[in-house]
Amino acid sequence: MIAESLAGRRIAITGSTGFVGTALVERLLRSAPECELFLIVRGGRRGAAGRVKREILNNDAFDRLREELVGTAEEFDAMCARRVHAIDGDISVDGLGLSDAGRAQLATCDIVIHSAAAVAFDSPLDSAVEVNLLGPVRLAAVLNELHAGSSTKPHLVAVSTCYVAGNRRGHAPELLVSEGPFDIGLDWRAEVDSARRLRGDIEAASRTPHALERFRADARRELGAAGAPALAAKTEQLRDRWVQNELVQAGRSRAASVGWPDAYAFTKALAEQAVFETKGDLPVNIVRPSIIESALAEPRPGWIRGFRMAEPVIISYARGLLREFPGVPEGTIDVIPVDIVVAAIIAVAAKGPSAPFITQVASGSTNPLRYSQLVDNVRDWFTAHPVHDAEGQPIVVPDWNFPGRGRVQKQLNRAQTLVTRGERLLQSLPLRGTQATWSAKLEERRIEIERALEYVELYGLYTECEAIYSVDNLLGLWDELDAADQSAFCFDPRAVSWDHYVQNIHLPSVVEHARVKMTPGKTKTDRSARLRANVLSPARQVAAFDLENTLIASNVVESYSWLATRHLNGPERMRYVLRTLREAPSLLSMDRKDRGDFLRYFYRRYENAPVEQIERDAIEMMTHIIVAKSFPAAIRRVREHRALGHKTILITGALSFNVESLRPLFDEIVAAEMSIRPDGTYSGQLSKVPPTGETRAQVLSDYCDANGFSLEECVAYADSTSDLPLLEAVGHPVAVNPETRLAAIARKRGWLVEEWEKAAGAPKKLLPLAPMMNERQR
Amino acid sequence: MPRPGFVLEVDRSTPPILFWRGENFTLEKLPADRSRVIYAPEPHRVIDDIDGAIRHSLLNPIDMDPLPTLLFPGMKLSIAFDDISLPLPKMTRPDIRQRIIEAVLDMAAEAGVDDVHIIAALALHRRMTEDELRHQLGDRIYDAFAPRGMLYQHDAEDPDNLVLLGETPHGEEVEINKRAAESDLLVYVNINLVAMDGGWKSTATGLASYRSLRHHHNTHTMQNSRSFMDAHKSELHKSNWRMGEVMRKHGPKIFQIETTVNNDTFPKPFDFLAKREWEWNGRDRAKFIAAQAGLNRTPSRMARNIFHGIEAPHNMTSIQCGEVEAVHKVTTENVWKQQLVEVQGQTDILTMGIPFICPYNVNSIMNPILVMCTGLGYFFNLYRGKPLVREGGVVIMTHPTPNEFHPVHHPSYIDFFEQVLTETTVPSELEARFEKQFAEDDWYRHLYRTSYAYHGVHPFYMWYWGSHGLQHCGRVIIVGGDAPTVRRLGFTPASTLNDALEIASDVVGRNPTITHLHTPPIMVADVK
Repeated sequence: MIAESLAGRRIAITGSTGFVGTALVERLLRSAPECELFLIVRGGRRGAAGRVKREILNNDAFDRLREELVGTAEEFDAMCARRVHAIDGDISVDGLGLSDAGRAQLATCDIVIHSAAAVAFDSPLDSAVEVNLLGPVRLAAVLNELHAGSSTKPHLVAVSTCYVAGNRRGHAPELLVSEGPFDIGLDWRAEVDSARRLRGDIEAASRTPHALERFRADARRELGAAGAPALAAKTEQLRDRWVQNELVQAGRSRAASVGWPDAYAFTKALAEQAVFETKGDLPVNIVRPSIIESALAEPRPGWIRGFRMAEPVIISYARGLLREFPGVPEGTIDVIPVDIVVAAIIAVAAKGPSAPFITQVASGSTNPLRYSQLVDNVRDWFTAHPVHDAEGQPIVVPDWNFPGRGRVQKQLNRAQTLVTRGERLLQSLPLRGTQATWSAKLEERRIEIERALEYVELYGLYTECEAIYSVDNLLGLWDELDAADQSAFCFDPRAVSWDHYVQNIHLPSVVEHARVKMTPGKTKTDRSARLRANVLSPARQVAAFDLENTLIASNVVESYSWLATRHLNGPERMRYVLRTLREAPSLLSMDRKDRGDFLRYFYRRYENAPVEQIERDAIEMMTHIIVAKSFPAAIRRVREHRALGHKTILITGALSFNVESLRPLFDEIVAAEMSIRPDGTYSGQLSKVPPTGETRAQVLSDYCDANGFSLEECVAYADSTSDLPLLEAVGHPVAVNPETRLAAIARKRGWLVEEWEKAAGAPKKLLPLAPMMNERQR
Repeated sequence: MPRPGFVLEVDRSTPPILFWRGENFTLEKLPADRSRVIYAPEPHRVIDDIDGAIRHSLLNPIDMDPLPTLLFPGMKLSIAFDDISLPLPKMTRPDIRQRIIEAVLDMAAEAGVDDVHIIAALALHRRMTEDELRHQLGDRIYDAFAPRGMLYQHDAEDPDNLVLLGETPHGEEVEINKRAAESDLLVYVNINLVAMDGGWKSTATGLASYRSLRHHHNTHTMQNSRSFMDAHKSELHKSNWRMGEVMRKHGPKIFQIETTVNNDTFPKPFDFLAKREWEWNGRDRAKFIAAQAGLNRTPSRMARNIFHGIEAPHNMTSIQCGEVEAVHKVTTENVWKQQLVEVQGQTDILTMGIPFICPYNVNSIMNPILVMCTGLGYFFNLYRGKPLVREGGVVIMTHPTPNEFHPVHHPSYIDFFEQVLTETTVPSELEARFEKQFAEDDWYRHLYRTSYAYHGVHPFYMWYWGSHGLQHCGRVIIVGGDAPTVRRLGFTPASTLNDALEIASDVVGRNPTITHLHTPPIMVADVK
């Protein structure tokens, strides 16, 4: 009689964009056809109604309902328009941030189901407190306020978790923690205050000179000489990330110190206590599910939303990444399908305040799934249905030996240290092209290890948990149902056959959801081709090119050496080479620190050089340094852009007279300019800031402004992180022969990477010296 | 008395035959009783007193007054000369061109001529470096003229220095170097290495612009030049001769100096390469084994330097000057004398070893497109009468054909290989679809004019050069070539000569006749 008792009721729901929330909305719409729903959703950019449509009603959970409502999509839309209402509200704000209309709507509701939570096990402590702990307290306060003085108050059903029982072995009853034997008498208000204070403290700590220095150093290591603005942005990002991490750590530590596996369970436990204390005469019931996983049958077997707790672990295992995972093989892993949880919530709501105060929805006490049974099932299934690697080869899943958590963690930590060191070493070497991919592989490996470590830290405790959650209240509720309700709203955990559930329902769904490769054969990624077509689309307007290692395999030192030695005899050349080699290390380190400073320093060498002679020699140098060392594919690309009607612009720190010979390729050349003295010699000083680092982005942006182009339609080609500002500024960045750090960035951001080489027949010379002239020629 | 050319019928006792493979060579056993090898005539005698002969010739031209009588004070005199593509390999110093130009300059000086320009007739070839010019002209001429801007290289893309002389009745524009066209006398100094060279082709091609050249450097002309070594049957020459007619009417007075050289191609210790294999003595065999073993261990870059360092002992066998057509008739006769070999009948399979050099890769790289041009353009066309290989027959070349290009000399070749050959290898199609774009490309033009690059359109000309061969043959196989590169050219790669013969049997059956062209030295098969 559940459907009947909900007929005509107005039900408000929080957290409806979540896993349980979506299933709940779907089930109520389908199985309780006479009720109306008021979904409290944070509006954001799209507005509450927009989010409801987009993020909830468009979910595949509603496919079944659409089909069952014989007729068309309009029928479903009409039903939703009639029965589903969006209320813009936010449970992390006092008063829920409701408008007057929203308050009025909420005031008409006679059932409120609170399922909003920060479910991530690694939420920062303060946000877990704000959402998980204070969320239901605020909701209860608003409801009390709306119905102040009224005798009929709405019924609040709050979704909690079994794990509020904390780290314990054995029987965990359906009682408030404070009523149980292990209560340590925590004051939730004190926890709120301290969490808020902690945020302030950690923010302050992140701003000490010492800490900021460290973030800067890390940013520099990651980006190299990318220019001040890029470094600043990176530094601030690192600081922010550090603060978050510290708060996550704080949450974990605080939870562990008082006996909970993580901040989630800890804050949920305090929330129950807080609601109990502040609810006044508001009728409240609490439903505590254990680990919620994909649906057993409703709306369809295997339905799941979002990547949840077990899935990343399972997928990592299937990919062969998690060689070991801690856990007690004979321990119980308390999993419960989402449709059972939803049915239990609805049953509690339908029964009203007379339902037991706390109802646990768990499987451990009546139909336990042993950890070893789960692992065996997973291994068997992936042995029969292996995931395939990028080469199209099946991946053999490892056997787990269930070592202690400490040992796994130690192994992973050791591997992480090793890989991180290797990665840093590679990044400090001047590698390009294929060698740069070594670093990419190491980076991938490091991320894998870090992820594994995270899983072990986060979920290890759950696999080791040996608490048994009693479900007496749940079964009591079950027994009261008539046969029709039992079949329409099944929440009997005994109904699950675990082997069948894991192998035929859960794993196929997880695999589909994770979009892992289940078929043999090489994946043909035409991503590069697609990006290239994008770059060479007629819609682009400007193509900007860096010079060194993007168009030619040469640099300012080589062109200087060529010009400087052109008129020298043998012994003079020898002296020149020795002098330059001696200076090389200091030049190199200066270049790494700041390209602009390096260029200024290096270009002083041109002081007193006769302009006329240099200009004459520069024409000859084009052949030896520019054409001979050019990447034919790069030159071709410049010309392809021109043929498409794009403007081409060369932005280089090289001196203008050294790149003059490239003029026919470019509409605009922006290079370093050296001032000329009245006596016809170069002064050795630049007449304006050389276009390096962020200046390049500025140059391009100025060019676009002046010519009415949009940076979004620009393509930029560059090879090093010092060009990062330029690459980030444009809509279509291309990394050419990227050095290690840029290769990593390009991979992460999905940029087109081009590997361009010198012509195979290009002359190879050990030193970039001009060909020796004989006495006559000189 | 040098022995004439010779066609060897291969039998069981015939030793393995030398096949060039770029900067290397191998000995290959040819099937007995159905193979033959064509050897060039032995080198003719070089003139003893070369300077005397030059002077004598200048004073006794054909159908023209002696040179000194054509020179007068205040006149504009231009001397044009063949570029680095001739002769092959380069000649030991002093080069014939130096000797002749020095003689001409002496006479000009005696006559009080002081407005003299010396112009390298590059057409669309790459500019020569200072070292290369010094090698051809000698330091004396270079130092006297180059610094004053009176020795320079023809620039076919300099609009200010070209002049349109007129059109032939076929609508072919004749546009040549302005200074040459406006001279009171244009002296052209030629080296007639093969019968294709010289005549009106010297000026109408060597000093022309793209606008003019496109009328005869195209698929249609080349497919109708059978062969372009035989001026009477060559559309290429007919077009040049028509242009010559325009030059005769509207152009400068031309004093044509043509020379022939003998085919003494290889200096010691490489002289065995020109010998007939069964005449190799112990020392030749030892040299072959040593050279091959050495080259197998030498990086290709270094091997290239060794071979391009070769200076050939060949030298002048005749000089004639005066009126262009009359002179060229004598020259051609002299060339035939040195190069013609009578061959009876065509063959099913023509084999050829592609050497390290062709006219367009001196001091450079024999890139895949030049391999095609050398094989199907030059070697295939070394015939008079009928092609050596029958129509629908097979050409087998041996060359490593690496995917290597000289970035300075052949930039447009790289793009031709990557952008054009990936689309089509049919000469007329690539001509129609891509030629204009490459010919008018600013970047190639820039490199041609200021660096040392062949003109943007040049790879197309190389492909047209082979278009008659391409049209004529049923299949082209390259033995030892880099497989993807060979396929890109539209040919079939094979790893050994035997494999190639197996592959060829699809086209020519199980018992085909085989003819090996034992070039270099250069020869022309007079196919009866």
